[in-house]
Amino acid sequence: MQATATQTNPIISFKHVNKIYDNGTVGLKDINFDIPRGQFLVVVGLSGAGKSTLLRTINRMHEITSGEVLVDNESVSDYKGKALRHLRRHIGMIFQNFNLVKRATVEKNVLSGLVGYYPTWRCVLGLFTPHDRKRAFQALDRVSLTKKLFSRADELSGGQQQRVAIARALMQDPKIMLADEPIASLDPRTTKAVMDTLKRLNREDGITVIVNLHSVELAREYADRIVGLRSGELVYDEPIDQVTEAGLNQIYQTKPEA
Amino acid sequence: MSTPEIPQRPWRQRYHVSAIAWTVTIVVLLILSSMATGANFGMFLANINQFTVLLVQMSHPAWAYLSVIIQPLYETIQMAILGTTIGAAFAIPFSLLAASNLVGNKVLRNLIRLFLDLVRTLPDLLLAAIFVAVFGIGSTAGVITLAIFSFGMVSKLFYEVIETIDMGPLEAMKSVGASKVTIIWYAVLPQILNQFVSYFLYTLEINVRASTVLGYLGAGGIGVYLQRSLDQFNYSATAVIILATLVVVMVIDGVSNHLRRVLL
Ligand SMILES: Nc1ncnc2c1ncn2[C@@H]1O[C@H](COP(=O)(O)OP(=O)(O)OP(=O)(O)O)[C@@H](O)[C@H]1O
Ligand SMILES: [Mg+2]
Repeated sequence: MQATATQTNPIISFKHVNKIYDNGTVGLKDINFDIPRGQFLVVVGLSGAGKSTLLRTINRMHEITSGEVLVDNESVSDYKGKALRHLRRHIGMIFQNFNLVKRATVEKNVLSGLVGYYPTWRCVLGLFTPHDRKRAFQALDRVSLTKKLFSRADELSGGQQQRVAIARALMQDPKIMLADEPIASLDPRTTKAVMDTLKRLNREDGITVIVNLHSVELAREYADRIVGLRSGELVYDEPIDQVTEAGLNQIYQTKPEA
Repeated sequence: MSTPEIPQRPWRQRYHVSAIAWTVTIVVLLILSSMATGANFGMFLANINQFTVLLVQMSHPAWAYLSVIIQPLYETIQMAILGTTIGAAFAIPFSLLAASNLVGNKVLRNLIRLFLDLVRTLPDLLLAAIFVAVFGIGSTAGVITLAIFSFGMVSKLFYEVIETIDMGPLEAMKSVGASKVTIIWYAVLPQILNQFVSYFLYTLEINVRASTVLGYLGAGGIGVYLQRSLDQFNYSATAVIILATLVVVMVIDGVSNHLRRVLL
């Protein structure tokens, strides 16, 4: 396994990370690797391989059983309450189902990316500063959706909703962007729009992007590096110029059953 | 490769054991309960004569009585609105705490649910009788009774709504670092608000009807007049009260049905 060990000061590192779900399912098994700052990393693997689990250990949406996840050289396992919320507010996350509040306006959805920076009472009253409202508009501009500012989220197409979700994440001023199969329910053209947007944020803003994908073609098109999971284990890890068809196929081989 | 074996259904499923057992149990219980309570169709038919006398009198409503009952009718509606509002307001925090998808703590959730179940088992007539005894005859007793009754009913309806919401937005709000209250405000409330209002209106409908009966026990409103007219065998006044109540209930049902259709 070719780890990028030459890189110093990785933004994320996994050290012997194990995750066993309450029902005994092994989610992750001794995961060990570093993600350098500014990388566009794509995680591939069969359904159930542990891609979502891996992603969610970074912002502690899932707890790990043993090992350590470091973000900016700090172990995230001990964060509680406020510290945990402060970790999360710097990590954007977008989802397969977009996870917008459908009955709320696009503007409100985008502004909701900021709530980690505001005291609760101001969030409840919706008291965002004019400066932040302007930022919401600019964030929408970056995903080319300013026209939809006051539309209700459920009036938007899937691709548009995903771009709103990206704008929401942008409000967080994220260092890291996690995307869990962000294009699984989109058509090819919208897929390209969403992936291009992610790539642009990676190149222009230096945001470290980690994307789970089912499509190997897309992975090869966008990634700087591809890692592969199988039954919770890291079985593949190559920089993009070393990626070969044969190597990728090996990720998808199921182990012969005993 | 061998073809996978089709798993065998357990015999309990194969012979529909539980469906049959339930049917038998329910039929037996029905028969037993009708024997125990002495429900008797013969007696009902024998007294039908009495009923026609009442009907004849009632078919001549004393319309002049209408001006007397406008005020108590209005009071009945007020009681229902106030009681429902108070009950629903208290139901919101309790339903949030009782929802399994929001509260991971099983002990807390089950305690809250047990409390809500207990509240729901209190018959409203019993509550009315108690509060009339405590607060005296008047609408205060009625409002408190309706508030407690609505609280029990609405909180169950509310937490069942909460348990059906899409958890995606909650996950998203959690991932941006939102506090618990902010998560509820941004991701839960918008999803449930319409159904909350709808159930509020539904409960209000029930309460307008219930409050006429509660008044019968002295808990204020039109029911007091209903009781008085019946006691005095003044069936033509009774007829006016019933008709007026019917109209009010129908109007409220209509308005609330319309609003609920618009909302959902
Ligand atoms: N909450 C949970 N409780 C128990 N087991 C779980 C839970 N979530 C996931 N798993 C199991 O952990 C394993 C990894 O799941 P995960 O969702 O990470 O896979 P994935 O690679 O994201 O799959 P997909 O491509 O289908 O999204 C699977 O076997 C899954 O069944
Ligand atoms: Mg997944």
